[in-house]
Amino acid sequence: MGWLFDPAHWSGSSGIPVRLLEHFGYTLLTMVIAALIAIPLGAFVGHTGKGGFVIVGLSNALRALPTTAVLILVVLWAGLGDFPVYVALVLLAIPPIMAGTYAGVRAVDPVTVDAARGVGMRESGVLLQVEIPNALPLIFGGFRGAALQVVATATIAAYTGAGGLGRFVFDGLALQDFGQMLAGAVLVALLAVLVDLGFAGLQRLTVSPGLRPVGTGGNR
Amino acid sequence: MPGYAERVKVFGIYIQGGPIGVVVTTGGIRRVIEFRAVTKRFEDGTIAVDELDLTVEAGTITVFVGPSGCGKTTSLRMVNRMIDPTSGTILVDGKDVLTVDPPTLRRGIGYVIQQAGLFPHRTVLDNIATVPLLSGWDKRKARTRAAELLEIVGLDANFGKRYPAQLSGGQQQRVGVARALAADPPVLLMDEPFSAVDPVVREDLQNELLRLQAEFDKTIVFVTHDIDEALKLGERVAVFQTGGHLAQYAKPAELLSAPANDFVASFVGRDRGYRTLTFLHADVPVHPVTTAKLGERVTITDWTLVVDEENRPKGWLSGVDGEVEVAEKDLISGGSLYDGTTLRGALDAALSSPSALGVVVDGAGAVTGVVHAGDVIQALAKARAAGEVPK
Repeated sequence: MGWLFDPAHWSGSSGIPVRLLEHFGYTLLTMVIAALIAIPLGAFVGHTGKGGFVIVGLSNALRALPTTAVLILVVLWAGLGDFPVYVALVLLAIPPIMAGTYAGVRAVDPVTVDAARGVGMRESGVLLQVEIPNALPLIFGGFRGAALQVVATATIAAYTGAGGLGRFVFDGLALQDFGQMLAGAVLVALLAVLVDLGFAGLQRLTVSPGLRPVGTGGNR
Repeated sequence: MPGYAERVKVFGIYIQGGPIGVVVTTGGIRRVIEFRAVTKRFEDGTIAVDELDLTVEAGTITVFVGPSGCGKTTSLRMVNRMIDPTSGTILVDGKDVLTVDPPTLRRGIGYVIQQAGLFPHRTVLDNIATVPLLSGWDKRKARTRAAELLEIVGLDANFGKRYPAQLSGGQQQRVGVARALAADPPVLLMDEPFSAVDPVVREDLQNELLRLQAEFDKTIVFVTHDIDEALKLGERVAVFQTGGHLAQYAKPAELLSAPANDFVASFVGRDRGYRTLTFLHADVPVHPVTTAKLGERVTITDWTLVVDEENRPKGWLSGVDGEVEVAEKDLISGGSLYDGTTLRGALDAALSSPSALGVVVDGAGAVTGVVHAGDVIQALAKARAAGEVPK
C-alpha cells in the first residue's frame, strides 16, 4: 500500500486527485446520458404497457454485449479518445436503468393510476405526477446498480489511452508495479462506495417519505 | 383514534358523535344525469350494459346495485368517460359527455373509488388539493380548501401532514371523499367506496355520507353490490341484472314492497317485509317507565331502567324483590335504542330489549319512555290501512 500513500503520487497532471476526478467525470456524464435515454424509454413503455418485449429484449441484448469489444469496435470506427469510452459505458448503464424504470412504473397500483385519471389528470400528468414519483425507489435501484457497474468498468478507458483510475491498473500491469495496480483497484472500489452513497443521499431527498416502508403504527 | 368520529358505547349500542361539518355553499348548481339507450360492448363481445335508459335526478343519491358483472360499475364509469359507450348518449346537465375532453370533464365530477386510490407519495392535504391544483387554483387557496375539507369529513387537522400508508382503511376513504369534494363538484360518482372496510367503519362512513349529503345536496351516483347499503343510502335505487339489464329503478320502499320481477325479489332478500319498516315513519305510543340511578336504594317490583345523571340508559334491573341498592354489577345490558325515527328502529328496540320494552331516547340520549312491539305492529296496520305502505 506504500504506493497509494506516497505524497509524490498525489500531485501533478497524472496524480491520484486528477485521475479520481477523471474517473468520476466519466461516471457522472455516462449516468446522465444513460438516464436521459433509459428513463424516458422505460417510463413510456411502462405507462402505455405496449412494447414490454422490446424493453426486455433490448436489455438482454445490451447486457450480453462484452464492453471491451464494444469499446474496441468504436475505437476502430471513431478513433481514440473519450467518445468510444462513453459509448461503451452508456450501453452498459442503459439496461439496469431502463429495466428499473419500466418495472417501477408497471408496479404502481392500478387503483392509484385509475384515481389519477379519474380526478382529471392528463396522461402526461398521470406519468409525471403519479407514476414516476411512485416508481422512484425502483428507478433508483436500477440507477445505483448501473452506477456501480460504470465505476468499475470505467477503468477500461485507460485501455484506449484515456485517463481515469484505470491508468494505474494498466500502467501498473505494464510496469509489473503491483503496488500501483492495487492502489488503482482500491481507489476504484472507494469511488464506487462514495458514488453509491451520493446516490443514496439523492434518493433520500427525492423519494417521498410516503413511500418508505411503514414502521410500527401503520395500519396496512 | 384521534379526530375519528368518536364512538361512545352507551347501553349496548354505539352512538355516533361525529364532528359537526362546516357549511360550504355549493353554488346551487344542480345536475341531472341522463342515460339514453346506452350500450357498452367490450372488445371480447361481452355486453356490459344493454340499452340503458335512466335519469338520475339532481340533488339525490341514486344507487346502482346488482351482482358482479351486471354493468353497474361500467355504467358509472361512462359518466366521467373512464369508459366510452359503444352506442347511446349520456347527458350531464343536458350536455353530451362525449363532446367534452375527458380530463376537463373529470375535474368537474367528483370520483371516489374502492380502496380510496390515494396517491401514496403525497400527504393527505396534497391528495385533497389535487383537483383544485389541476384546475389552476393557487397553492395557498388549494391548501386552505383542503384543510377545510379535512374537517368536513371528520378528520383532525394533524392528519393533513400524514401519508396515506399511515391511515386506516376507513380514514383513507374519508380522505378519498374529501379529495372528490375539494373542487366542489355538483356531481359525485362513488364506485363501491365502502366495500373494502369493516362493517362498523362502513356504517360510520355511510352515516357520514348521508350527513354530508344533507348539507351539500350533490347529485350522487353510488355503486354497490350490497343491497342493504343501497336501501340505506339510495333515494332512488337502480337494480341491475346480469347481462347489463336494468331490472327496476324505484324508491327503496317500492323495491321492497313491489319488486318488478323474481330477480329483484330474490336480490332484495328474504326479510324484506321487516326491512320495509325502515321506510315507515309513524307514531308509536310511548309508555312511561320506572327508572332508578346507580347507588339509590329502591324497591323493585317490575323491570326497572337504570339511568345515569343525565338520564341516559345504563341497563335494566330485574329479578330482585324488595328493597335493593342499585349496583353496576346487577345491571342487565339493554338492546338497541329507539330515537323516534323509523318503525324498524322501534320494533328492533322492543325485540332486542331483555324486558321486551324498547327504550326511547331523545336527541341528547336521555330516556323519554318505552315502546311495545305490539304497538309497532298496530302502527303498521294503521299505516297500511291509510295507504302509506306502497303496494
